[in-house]
Amino acid sequence: MKILVAVKRVVDYNVKVRAKADGSAVDLANVKMAINPFCEIAVEEAVRLKEKGIASEIVVVSIGAQQAQEQLRTALALGADRAILVQSETELEPLAVAKCLKEICAKESPEMVILGKQAIDGDNNQTGQILAALTGYGQGTFASVVEVADGSAKVTREVDGGLQTVSLKLPAIVTTDLRLNEPRYASLPNIMKAKKKPLDTVTPADLGVDTTPRTKLLKVEPPAERKAGIKVADVAELVAKLKNEAKVI
Amino acid sequence: MSILVIAEHNNSSLNGATLNAVTAAQAIGGDIDILVAGAGCGGAAEAAAQVAGIRKVLVADNAAYGHQLAENVAPLIAEVAAAYSHVLAAATTSGKNILPRAAALLDVQPISEISAVESADTFKRPIYAGNVIATVQSSDSIKVLTVRGTAFDAAAATGGSATIEAVASVHDSGVSSFVGEEIAKSDRPELTAASIVVSGGRGMQNGDNFEMLYRVADKLGAAVGASRAAVDAGFVPNDMQVGQTGKIVAPDLYIAVGISGAIQHLAGMKDSKVIVAINKDEDAPIFQVADYGLVADLFSAVPELESLI
Repeated sequence: MKILVAVKRVVDYNVKVRAKADGSAVDLANVKMAINPFCEIAVEEAVRLKEKGIASEIVVVSIGAQQAQEQLRTALALGADRAILVQSETELEPLAVAKCLKEICAKESPEMVILGKQAIDGDNNQTGQILAALTGYGQGTFASVVEVADGSAKVTREVDGGLQTVSLKLPAIVTTDLRLNEPRYASLPNIMKAKKKPLDTVTPADLGVDTTPRTKLLKVEPPAERKAGIKVADVAELVAKLKNEAKVI
Repeated sequence: MSILVIAEHNNSSLNGATLNAVTAAQAIGGDIDILVAGAGCGGAAEAAAQVAGIRKVLVADNAAYGHQLAENVAPLIAEVAAAYSHVLAAATTSGKNILPRAAALLDVQPISEISAVESADTFKRPIYAGNVIATVQSSDSIKVLTVRGTAFDAAAATGGSATIEAVASVHDSGVSSFVGEEIAKSDRPELTAASIVVSGGRGMQNGDNFEMLYRVADKLGAAVGASRAAVDAGFVPNDMQVGQTGKIVAPDLYIAVGISGAIQHLAGMKDSKVIVAINKDEDAPIFQVADYGLVADLFSAVPELESLI
Protein backbone atom coordinates (compact mmCIF):
# COMPACT_ATOMS: atom_id res chain seq x y z
CA MET A 1 0.00 0.00 0.00
CA LYS A 2 0.99 3.59 -0.55
CA ILE A 3 1.50 5.85 2.47
CA LEU A 4 1.40 9.62 2.37
CA VAL A 5 3.29 11.42 5.14
CA ALA A 6 2.89 15.14 5.80
CA VAL A 7 5.79 17.05 7.35
CA LYS A 8 6.16 20.64 8.53
CA ARG A 9 9.20 22.88 8.75
CA VAL A 10 9.22 24.47 12.21
CA VAL A 11 11.55 26.16 14.67
CA ASP A 12 13.88 23.60 16.28
CA TYR A 13 12.37 22.32 19.52
CA ASN A 14 15.33 23.56 21.59
CA VAL A 15 14.83 27.19 20.56
CA LYS A 16 12.95 29.42 22.96
CA VAL A 17 11.23 31.90 20.67
CA ARG A 18 10.11 35.40 21.63
CA ALA A 19 7.51 37.84 20.43
CA LYS A 20 8.92 40.82 18.51
CA ALA A 21 8.98 44.01 20.57
CA ASP A 22 6.24 45.59 18.42
CA GLY A 23 3.98 42.59 18.99
CA SER A 24 3.48 42.02 15.27
CA ALA A 25 4.90 38.53 15.02
CA VAL A 26 7.20 35.95 16.53
CA ASP A 27 10.88 36.74 15.99
CA LEU A 28 12.21 33.97 13.76
CA ALA A 29 15.25 35.78 12.35
CA ASN A 30 18.29 33.45 12.21
CA VAL A 31 16.51 30.78 14.21
CA LYS A 32 17.42 27.14 13.60
CA MET A 33 14.67 25.30 11.69
CA ALA A 34 13.95 21.58 11.65
CA ILE A 35 11.37 18.97 10.78
CA ASN A 36 8.57 19.04 13.39
CA PRO A 37 9.34 16.26 15.91
CA PHE A 38 5.91 14.64 15.56
CA CYS A 39 6.29 14.65 11.75
CA GLU A 40 9.64 12.90 12.10
CA ILE A 41 7.85 10.17 14.07
CA ALA A 42 5.31 9.98 11.22
CA VAL A 43 8.06 9.44 8.64
CA GLU A 44 9.69 6.79 10.84
CA GLU A 45 6.40 4.92 11.22
CA ALA A 46 5.90 4.86 7.46
CA VAL A 47 9.45 3.62 6.92
CA ARG A 48 8.91 0.83 9.47
CA LEU A 49 5.70 -0.21 7.70
CA LYS A 50 7.68 -0.37 4.46
CA GLU A 51 10.44 -2.41 6.10
CA LYS A 52 7.78 -4.86 7.31
CA GLY A 53 6.58 -5.21 3.74
CA ILE A 54 3.22 -3.59 4.47
CA ALA A 55 3.88 -0.32 2.68
CA SER A 56 5.13 -0.31 -0.90
CA GLU A 57 5.74 3.41 -1.43
CA ILE A 58 6.11 6.43 0.84
CA VAL A 59 5.28 9.85 -0.53
CA VAL A 60 6.21 12.75 1.73
CA VAL A 61 4.53 16.11 1.32
CA SER A 62 5.08 19.50 2.92
CA ILE A 63 3.05 22.65 2.62
CA GLY A 64 5.31 25.62 3.11
CA ALA A 65 7.95 27.95 1.77
CA GLN A 66 10.66 26.89 -0.68
CA GLN A 67 13.03 26.17 2.21
CA ALA A 68 10.74 23.33 3.30
CA GLN A 69 12.59 21.33 0.62
CA GLU A 70 15.27 20.84 3.30
CA GLN A 71 12.79 19.00 5.53
CA LEU A 72 11.51 16.98 2.57
CA ARG A 73 15.11 15.93 1.81
CA THR A 74 15.47 14.92 5.45
CA ALA A 75 12.37 12.74 5.13
CA LEU A 76 13.74 11.25 1.89
CA ALA A 77 17.01 10.47 3.68
CA LEU A 78 15.04 8.70 6.41
CA GLY A 79 13.43 6.44 3.83
CA ALA A 80 10.60 8.19 1.95
CA ASP A 81 10.61 7.46 -1.79
CA ARG A 82 9.57 10.77 -3.29
CA ALA A 83 8.46 14.21 -2.20
CA ILE A 84 5.93 16.88 -3.06
CA LEU A 85 6.24 20.48 -1.96
CA VAL A 86 3.04 22.50 -2.00
CA GLN A 87 4.79 25.83 -2.11
CA SER A 88 3.28 28.79 -0.32
CA GLU A 89 5.38 31.69 0.86
CA THR A 90 2.65 32.73 3.29
CA GLU A 91 1.92 30.52 6.29
CA LEU A 92 -1.32 28.62 5.68
CA GLU A 93 -3.88 27.77 8.34
CA PRO A 94 -4.57 24.11 9.18
CA LEU A 95 -7.86 24.19 7.22
CA ALA A 96 -6.06 25.35 4.07
CA VAL A 97 -3.20 22.89 4.64
CA ALA A 98 -5.71 20.05 4.99
CA LYS A 99 -7.48 21.16 1.79
CA CYS A 100 -4.16 20.94 -0.06
CA LEU A 101 -3.52 17.50 1.42
CA LYS A 102 -6.98 16.36 0.38
CA GLU A 103 -6.16 17.25 -3.24
CA ILE A 104 -2.85 15.39 -2.98
CA CYS A 105 -4.79 12.40 -1.61
CA ALA A 106 -7.14 12.57 -4.59
CA LYS A 107 -4.16 12.41 -6.96
CA GLU A 108 -2.08 9.85 -5.08
CA SER A 109 -4.80 7.64 -3.55
CA PRO A 110 -2.79 6.59 -0.47
CA GLU A 111 -4.17 3.87 1.79
CA MET A 112 -2.91 5.69 4.84
CA VAL A 113 -1.92 9.26 5.65
CA ILE A 114 0.35 9.74 8.65
CA LEU A 115 0.81 13.19 10.20
CA GLY A 116 2.23 14.53 13.43
CA LYS A 117 -0.47 15.20 16.03
CA GLN A 118 0.61 18.82 16.29
CA ALA A 119 3.31 21.18 15.12
CA ILE A 120 5.33 22.68 17.93
CA ASP A 121 5.03 26.22 16.54
CA GLY A 122 1.28 26.82 16.27
CA ASP A 123 0.37 24.01 18.72
CA ASN A 124 -2.95 23.66 16.88
CA ASN A 125 -3.38 19.88 16.81
CA GLN A 126 -5.93 20.11 13.96
CA THR A 127 -4.62 19.20 10.51
CA GLY A 128 -5.04 15.40 10.70
CA GLN A 129 -8.56 15.66 12.08
CA ILE A 130 -9.56 18.24 9.45
CA LEU A 131 -8.10 16.13 6.64
CA ALA A 132 -10.03 13.12 7.99
CA ALA A 133 -13.25 15.15 7.85
CA LEU A 134 -12.59 16.42 4.32
CA THR A 135 -11.79 12.94 2.98
CA GLY A 136 -14.41 11.15 5.08
CA TYR A 137 -11.72 8.75 6.34
CA GLY A 138 -11.47 7.40 9.86
CA GLN A 139 -8.94 9.01 12.18
CA GLY A 140 -6.56 7.46 14.69
CA THR A 141 -5.20 10.50 16.49
CA PHE A 142 -2.41 10.57 19.14
CA ALA A 143 -1.28 7.09 18.09
CA SER A 144 1.13 5.04 20.16
CA VAL A 145 0.70 1.76 18.25
CA VAL A 146 -0.36 1.21 14.62
CA GLU A 147 -1.05 -2.28 13.26
CA VAL A 148 -2.21 -2.83 9.68
CA ALA A 149 -3.98 -6.02 8.58
CA ASP A 150 -6.81 -7.08 6.26
CA GLY A 151 -7.76 -3.67 4.96
CA SER A 152 -7.93 -2.02 8.33
CA ALA A 153 -5.66 -0.29 10.82
CA LYS A 154 -5.80 -0.92 14.54
CA VAL A 155 -4.62 2.21 16.28
CA THR A 156 -3.92 2.57 19.99
CA ARG A 157 -4.38 6.17 21.05
CA GLU A 158 -2.95 8.06 24.02
CA VAL A 159 -5.96 9.66 25.72
CA ASP A 160 -6.31 11.58 28.99
CA GLY A 161 -7.46 8.53 30.94
CA GLY A 162 -4.93 6.08 29.51
CA LEU A 163 -5.12 4.23 26.19
CA GLN A 164 -7.93 3.64 23.71
CA THR A 165 -7.81 1.30 20.72
CA VAL A 166 -9.89 1.85 17.60
CA SER A 167 -10.16 -0.02 14.32
CA LEU A 168 -10.22 2.04 11.13
CA LYS A 169 -11.15 0.98 7.63
CA LEU A 170 -8.47 1.87 5.11
CA PRO A 171 -7.82 4.41 3.78
CA ALA A 172 -7.36 6.11 7.14
CA ILE A 173 -5.64 9.06 8.80
CA VAL A 174 -3.17 8.51 11.64
CA THR A 175 -1.61 11.24 13.78
CA THR A 176 1.43 10.39 15.85
CA ASP A 177 2.09 10.77 19.54
CA LEU A 178 5.52 10.68 21.17
CA ARG A 179 5.60 7.01 22.07
CA LEU A 180 4.80 5.64 18.61
CA ASN A 181 8.48 5.11 17.81
CA GLU A 182 11.94 6.58 18.17
CA PRO A 183 13.03 8.03 14.83
CA ARG A 184 16.34 6.87 13.40
CA TYR A 185 19.14 9.12 12.27
CA ALA A 186 19.74 9.40 8.56
CA SER A 187 22.98 7.78 7.44
CA LEU A 188 25.38 9.69 5.22
CA PRO A 189 24.86 7.38 2.21
CA ASN A 190 21.10 7.82 2.59
CA ILE A 191 21.49 11.60 2.78
CA MET A 192 23.44 11.46 -0.49
CA LYS A 193 20.86 9.17 -2.09
CA ALA A 194 18.04 11.46 -0.97
CA LYS A 195 19.44 14.26 -3.12
CA LYS A 196 18.62 12.20 -6.22
CA LYS A 197 15.09 11.21 -5.20
CA PRO A 198 12.26 13.03 -7.02
CA LEU A 199 10.84 16.20 -5.49
CA ASP A 200 7.92 17.85 -7.29
CA THR A 201 6.66 21.33 -6.56
CA VAL A 202 3.07 22.50 -6.95
CA THR A 203 1.16 25.48 -5.56
CA PRO A 204 -2.19 25.61 -3.75
CA ALA A 205 -3.55 27.34 -6.87
CA ASP A 206 -2.43 24.39 -9.03
CA LEU A 207 -4.45 22.20 -6.68
CA GLY A 208 -7.45 24.53 -6.90
CA VAL A 209 -7.40 25.31 -3.19
CA ASP A 210 -8.64 28.63 -1.84
CA THR A 211 -6.24 29.52 0.97
CA THR A 212 -7.86 32.79 2.06
CA PRO A 213 -7.17 33.07 5.80
CA ARG A 214 -10.10 32.76 8.19
CA THR A 215 -8.28 34.20 11.16
CA LYS A 216 -6.17 37.27 11.69
CA LEU A 217 -3.24 37.46 14.08
CA LEU A 218 -3.82 40.75 15.88
CA LYS A 219 -0.97 40.62 18.34
CA VAL A 220 1.67 38.43 19.95
CA GLU A 221 3.03 39.05 23.41
CA PRO A 222 5.17 37.31 25.99
CA PRO A 223 3.33 35.33 28.66
CA ALA A 224 3.06 36.70 32.19
CA GLU A 225 6.50 36.52 33.80
CA ARG A 226 6.94 34.59 37.00
CA LYS A 227 8.63 36.48 39.81
CA ALA A 228 12.06 35.17 40.65
CA GLY A 229 11.90 32.67 43.50
CA ILE A 230 14.28 31.82 46.27
CA LYS A 231 16.48 28.88 47.13
CA VAL A 232 15.80 27.19 50.44
CA ALA A 233 18.57 25.56 52.45
CA ASP A 234 16.86 22.32 53.39
CA VAL A 235 13.60 20.39 53.47
CA ALA A 236 12.62 21.83 56.86
CA GLU A 237 12.83 25.38 55.51
CA LEU A 238 10.89 24.36 52.41
CA VAL A 239 8.05 22.88 54.47
CA ALA A 240 7.99 25.94 56.74
CA LYS A 241 7.75 28.28 53.72
CA LEU A 242 4.96 26.23 52.15
CA LYS A 243 3.01 26.24 55.42
CA ASN A 244 3.57 29.77 56.64
CA GLU A 245 4.44 31.91 53.62
CA ALA A 246 2.73 30.35 50.62
CA LYS A 247 0.06 28.68 52.80
CA VAL A 248 -0.50 25.90 50.28
CA ILE A 249 -0.12 22.89 52.58
CA MET B 1 -25.47 35.08 20.30
CA SER B 2 -26.00 31.47 21.17
CA ILE B 3 -23.29 29.10 22.23
CA LEU B 4 -23.14 25.32 22.07
CA VAL B 5 -20.86 23.63 24.58
CA ILE B 6 -19.95 20.02 23.82
CA ALA B 7 -20.16 17.96 27.02
CA GLU B 8 -17.31 15.68 27.92
CA HIS B 9 -18.69 12.81 29.96
CA ASN B 10 -18.64 9.07 30.67
CA ASN B 11 -22.40 8.70 29.98
CA SER B 12 -23.24 8.72 33.70
CA SER B 13 -21.55 11.93 34.82
CA LEU B 14 -20.08 15.13 33.45
CA ASN B 15 -16.30 15.59 33.23
CA GLY B 16 -15.19 18.69 35.17
CA ALA B 17 -13.44 20.13 32.10
CA THR B 18 -16.89 20.84 30.62
CA LEU B 19 -17.51 23.33 33.44
CA ASN B 20 -14.41 25.33 32.48
CA ALA B 21 -15.67 25.46 28.90
CA VAL B 22 -19.02 26.76 30.18
CA THR B 23 -17.19 29.61 31.93
CA ALA B 24 -15.46 30.49 28.66
CA ALA B 25 -18.89 30.49 27.02
CA GLN B 26 -20.16 32.87 29.71
CA ALA B 27 -17.22 35.18 28.95
CA ILE B 28 -18.38 35.33 25.32
CA GLY B 29 -21.96 35.96 26.46
CA GLY B 30 -25.30 34.75 25.13
CA ASP B 31 -27.58 31.76 25.53
CA ILE B 32 -25.62 28.64 26.42
CA ASP B 33 -26.77 25.14 25.50
CA ILE B 34 -24.93 21.87 26.15
CA LEU B 35 -24.83 18.94 23.72
CA VAL B 36 -24.51 15.52 25.34
CA ALA B 37 -23.77 12.82 22.77
CA GLY B 38 -23.43 9.31 24.15
CA ALA B 39 -25.08 5.96 24.70
CA GLY B 40 -27.21 5.58 27.80
CA CYS B 41 -26.11 9.09 28.69
CA GLY B 42 -29.18 10.17 30.68
CA GLY B 43 -27.08 10.63 33.82
CA ALA B 44 -24.67 12.97 32.08
CA ALA B 45 -27.59 14.90 30.58
CA GLU B 46 -29.18 15.30 34.03
CA ALA B 47 -25.86 16.58 35.37
CA ALA B 48 -25.54 19.03 32.46
CA ALA B 49 -29.04 20.37 33.16
CA GLN B 50 -27.94 21.21 36.73
CA VAL B 51 -25.05 23.41 35.58
CA ALA B 52 -25.75 27.05 36.45
CA GLY B 53 -26.73 29.31 33.57
CA ILE B 54 -27.55 26.68 30.94
CA ARG B 55 -30.64 27.24 28.80
CA LYS B 56 -31.07 23.86 27.22
CA VAL B 57 -29.42 20.44 27.14
CA LEU B 58 -29.54 18.58 23.83
CA VAL B 59 -29.18 14.83 24.18
CA ALA B 60 -28.22 12.51 21.34
CA ASP B 61 -28.45 9.08 22.91
CA ASN B 62 -27.44 6.32 20.52
CA ALA B 63 -25.02 3.41 20.42
CA ALA B 64 -23.14 5.17 17.60
CA TYR B 65 -22.03 7.87 20.06
CA GLY B 66 -21.12 5.52 22.90
CA HIS B 67 -17.35 5.74 22.65
CA GLN B 68 -17.13 9.32 21.41
CA LEU B 69 -15.81 8.25 18.02
CA ALA B 70 -14.99 11.45 16.14
CA GLU B 71 -16.27 9.98 12.86
CA ASN B 72 -19.79 9.77 14.34
CA VAL B 73 -19.91 12.63 16.84
CA ALA B 74 -18.38 15.30 14.55
CA PRO B 75 -21.20 15.20 11.95
CA LEU B 76 -23.74 15.41 14.77
CA ILE B 77 -22.00 18.50 16.15
CA ALA B 78 -21.79 20.04 12.69
CA GLU B 79 -25.51 19.47 12.17
CA VAL B 80 -26.54 20.92 15.54
CA ALA B 81 -23.99 23.77 15.33
CA ALA B 82 -25.70 25.37 12.34
CA ALA B 83 -28.08 27.14 14.76
CA TYR B 84 -25.28 28.62 16.90
CA SER B 85 -22.70 31.41 16.72
CA HIS B 86 -20.09 29.52 18.77
CA VAL B 87 -19.21 25.90 19.47
CA LEU B 88 -16.93 25.19 22.44
CA ALA B 89 -15.36 22.06 23.87
CA ALA B 90 -12.73 21.41 26.50
CA ALA B 91 -9.19 21.08 25.12
CA THR B 92 -8.92 17.50 26.36
CA THR B 93 -7.80 14.62 24.17
CA SER B 94 -11.47 14.01 23.37
CA GLY B 95 -12.21 17.65 22.49
CA LYS B 96 -9.03 17.91 20.44
CA ASN B 97 -9.95 14.73 18.58
CA ILE B 98 -13.53 15.62 17.73
CA LEU B 99 -13.85 19.39 17.40
CA PRO B 100 -11.47 20.05 14.47
CA ARG B 101 -13.31 17.33 12.54
CA ALA B 102 -16.64 19.04 13.24
CA ALA B 103 -15.18 22.44 12.30
CA ALA B 104 -13.96 21.09 8.96
CA LEU B 105 -17.46 19.80 8.17
CA LEU B 106 -18.65 23.38 8.73
CA ASP B 107 -15.78 24.76 6.60
CA VAL B 108 -14.54 26.64 9.67
CA GLN B 109 -10.94 27.16 10.81
CA PRO B 110 -11.09 26.17 14.50
CA ILE B 111 -9.13 27.95 17.21
CA SER B 112 -7.38 25.63 19.67
CA GLU B 113 -6.88 26.00 23.42
CA ILE B 114 -8.11 29.52 23.99
CA SER B 115 -6.84 30.99 27.26
CA ALA B 116 -8.86 34.23 27.23
CA VAL B 117 -11.90 35.75 25.55
CA GLU B 118 -11.27 39.29 24.27
CA SER B 119 -14.59 39.64 22.43
CA ALA B 120 -17.09 37.46 20.60
CA ASP B 121 -14.64 36.94 17.72
CA THR B 122 -11.25 37.53 19.31
CA PHE B 123 -9.39 35.14 21.58
CA LYS B 124 -6.00 34.66 23.17
CA ARG B 125 -4.15 31.38 22.92
CA PRO B 126 -0.66 30.16 23.76
CA ILE B 127 1.64 29.16 20.89
CA TYR B 128 5.26 27.94 20.78
CA ALA B 129 4.89 25.92 23.99
CA GLY B 130 3.39 28.92 25.75
CA ASN B 131 6.42 31.16 25.10
CA VAL B 132 4.17 33.47 23.11
CA ILE B 133 0.53 34.45 23.60
CA ALA B 134 -1.28 35.16 20.34
CA THR B 135 -4.42 37.26 19.99
CA VAL B 136 -6.45 35.84 17.11
CA GLN B 137 -9.58 37.16 15.42
CA SER B 138 -11.87 34.79 13.53
CA SER B 139 -13.90 35.81 10.50
CA ASP B 140 -15.76 32.49 10.24
CA SER B 141 -19.52 32.73 10.72
CA ILE B 142 -19.42 30.07 13.42
CA LYS B 143 -16.52 30.18 15.87
CA VAL B 144 -15.32 26.71 16.83
CA LEU B 145 -13.06 26.77 19.89
CA THR B 146 -11.38 24.43 22.32
CA VAL B 147 -10.86 25.82 25.81
CA ARG B 148 -7.78 25.47 28.00
CA GLY B 149 -9.26 24.36 31.33
CA THR B 150 -6.61 25.95 33.53
CA ALA B 151 -7.36 29.40 32.10
CA PHE B 152 -11.03 29.46 33.14
CA ASP B 153 -12.58 28.68 36.52
CA ALA B 154 -15.15 25.91 36.66
CA ALA B 155 -18.79 27.03 36.37
CA ALA B 156 -21.09 26.03 39.24
CA ALA B 157 -22.15 22.40 38.72
CA THR B 158 -25.50 22.98 40.42
CA GLY B 159 -28.15 25.65 40.61
CA GLY B 160 -29.33 25.38 37.02
CA SER B 161 -32.57 23.98 35.69
CA ALA B 162 -32.12 23.62 31.95
CA THR B 163 -34.69 21.84 29.85
CA ILE B 164 -33.59 18.55 28.26
CA GLU B 165 -34.38 17.95 24.59
CA ALA B 166 -33.66 14.82 22.59
CA VAL B 167 -31.82 15.02 19.27
CA ALA B 168 -32.92 12.17 17.04
CA SER B 169 -30.31 12.23 14.28
CA VAL B 170 -27.93 9.33 14.14
CA HIS B 171 -24.62 9.51 12.33
CA ASP B 172 -22.85 6.20 12.00
CA SER B 173 -20.00 6.60 9.53
CA GLY B 174 -19.08 2.93 9.47
CA VAL B 175 -15.38 3.76 8.96
CA SER B 176 -14.26 3.31 12.57
CA SER B 177 -15.07 1.15 15.55
CA PHE B 178 -14.11 0.96 19.20
CA VAL B 179 -11.88 -1.99 20.10
CA GLY B 180 -11.01 -1.45 23.74
CA GLU B 181 -9.43 0.77 26.32
CA GLU B 182 -7.06 0.66 29.25
CA ILE B 183 -8.09 3.37 31.63
CA ALA B 184 -5.73 4.03 34.53
CA LYS B 185 -7.47 3.58 37.87
CA SER B 186 -6.32 5.64 40.79
CA ASP B 187 -7.71 6.82 44.10
CA ARG B 188 -5.69 10.01 43.74
CA PRO B 189 -7.26 13.15 42.31
CA GLU B 190 -7.30 13.62 38.55
CA LEU B 191 -4.16 15.41 37.36
CA THR B 192 -5.80 18.40 35.72
CA ALA B 193 -8.26 18.93 38.60
CA ALA B 194 -5.90 18.44 41.59
CA SER B 195 -4.98 21.39 43.80
CA ILE B 196 -1.56 19.87 44.46
CA VAL B 197 0.54 17.98 41.92
CA VAL B 198 3.79 16.13 42.62
CA SER B 199 5.72 15.30 39.45
CA GLY B 200 8.81 13.24 38.80
CA GLY B 201 11.31 13.37 35.98
CA ARG B 202 14.24 11.46 34.62
CA GLY B 203 15.99 11.97 37.96
CA MET B 204 13.64 9.40 39.50
CA GLN B 205 15.76 6.78 37.65
CA ASN B 206 13.01 4.15 37.44
CA GLY B 207 9.30 3.51 37.91
CA ASP B 208 9.69 1.91 41.33
CA ASN B 209 11.15 5.10 42.74
CA PHE B 210 7.88 6.89 41.92
CA GLU B 211 6.55 5.10 45.04
CA MET B 212 8.30 7.84 47.03
CA LEU B 213 6.24 10.46 45.20
CA TYR B 214 3.01 8.50 45.65
CA ARG B 215 3.58 8.48 49.42
CA VAL B 216 4.13 12.25 49.51
CA ALA B 217 1.12 12.76 47.23
CA ASP B 218 -1.13 10.63 49.44
CA LYS B 219 -0.19 12.68 52.50
CA LEU B 220 -1.00 15.89 50.60
CA GLY B 221 -4.08 14.65 48.73
CA ALA B 222 -2.15 15.33 45.56
CA ALA B 223 -2.09 13.93 42.03
CA VAL B 224 1.14 12.55 40.59
CA GLY B 225 2.49 13.67 37.23
CA ALA B 226 5.65 13.13 35.23
CA SER B 227 7.86 14.80 32.70
CA ARG B 228 8.03 13.56 29.12
CA ALA B 229 11.48 12.14 29.86
CA ALA B 230 10.06 9.92 32.59
CA VAL B 231 7.22 8.72 30.34
CA ASP B 232 9.48 8.14 27.33
CA ALA B 233 11.83 6.13 29.56
CA GLY B 234 8.88 3.92 30.51
CA PHE B 235 8.94 4.81 34.23
CA VAL B 236 5.22 5.68 34.21
CA PRO B 237 2.31 5.62 31.70
CA ASN B 238 1.45 8.38 29.22
CA ASP B 239 -1.62 9.61 31.10
CA MET B 240 0.74 11.10 33.71
CA GLN B 241 2.64 13.35 31.29
CA VAL B 242 2.56 17.06 32.02
CA GLY B 243 3.74 19.36 29.23
CA GLN B 244 3.16 21.04 25.89
CA THR B 245 1.83 17.88 24.33
CA GLY B 246 0.63 16.18 27.50
CA LYS B 247 -1.61 17.57 30.19
CA ILE B 248 -1.75 21.22 31.13
CA VAL B 249 -2.00 21.74 34.88
CA ALA B 250 -2.20 24.85 37.06
CA PRO B 251 -2.58 23.65 40.67
CA ASP B 252 -2.09 25.74 43.81
CA LEU B 253 1.13 23.83 44.43
CA TYR B 254 3.33 22.02 41.91
CA ILE B 255 6.29 20.06 43.23
CA ALA B 256 8.79 19.11 40.51
CA VAL B 257 11.16 16.37 41.60
CA GLY B 258 14.16 15.43 39.50
CA ILE B 259 12.80 17.42 36.56
CA SER B 260 15.29 19.59 34.66
CA GLY B 261 12.63 21.92 33.21
CA ALA B 262 12.67 21.53 29.43
CA ILE B 263 10.62 24.14 27.51
CA GLN B 264 7.94 21.60 26.70
CA HIS B 265 7.54 20.61 30.36
CA LEU B 266 7.34 24.22 31.58
CA ALA B 267 4.56 24.77 29.02
CA GLY B 268 2.40 22.34 30.97
CA MET B 269 2.87 23.68 34.50
CA LYS B 270 4.19 27.22 34.63
CA ASP B 271 0.80 28.72 35.41
CA SER B 272 0.76 26.86 38.75
CA LYS B 273 0.35 29.25 41.70
CA VAL B 274 3.35 28.00 43.68
CA ILE B 275 6.14 25.95 42.14
CA VAL B 276 8.66 23.94 44.13
CA ALA B 277 11.68 22.37 42.46
CA ILE B 278 13.87 19.70 44.00
CA ASN B 279 16.90 18.93 41.87
CA LYS B 280 20.54 18.21 42.57
CA ASP B 281 21.67 20.29 39.57
CA GLU B 282 21.60 23.90 40.71
CA ASP B 283 21.74 25.11 37.09
CA ALA B 284 18.60 23.19 36.06
CA PRO B 285 16.20 25.53 34.18
CA ILE B 286 13.33 24.44 36.45
CA PHE B 287 14.78 26.74 39.14
CA GLN B 288 14.08 29.77 36.91
CA VAL B 289 10.34 29.26 37.32
CA ALA B 290 10.36 27.86 40.88
CA ASP B 291 9.15 29.95 43.81
CA TYR B 292 11.06 27.67 46.14
CA GLY B 293 14.08 25.79 44.91
CA LEU B 294 15.89 23.10 46.87
CA VAL B 295 19.22 21.93 45.53
CA ALA B 296 19.43 18.46 46.97
CA ASP B 297 19.55 14.76 46.18
CA LEU B 298 15.90 13.80 45.76
CA PHE B 299 16.52 10.36 47.29
CA SER B 300 17.17 11.98 50.66
CA ALA B 301 14.97 15.07 50.25
CA VAL B 302 11.74 13.30 49.27
CA PRO B 303 11.61 10.89 52.25
CA GLU B 304 12.41 13.83 54.53
CA LEU B 305 9.62 15.84 52.91
CA GLU B 306 7.24 12.94 53.49
CA SER B 307 8.13 12.84 57.19
CA LEU B 308 7.72 16.59 57.71
CA ILE B 309 4.31 17.12 56.09
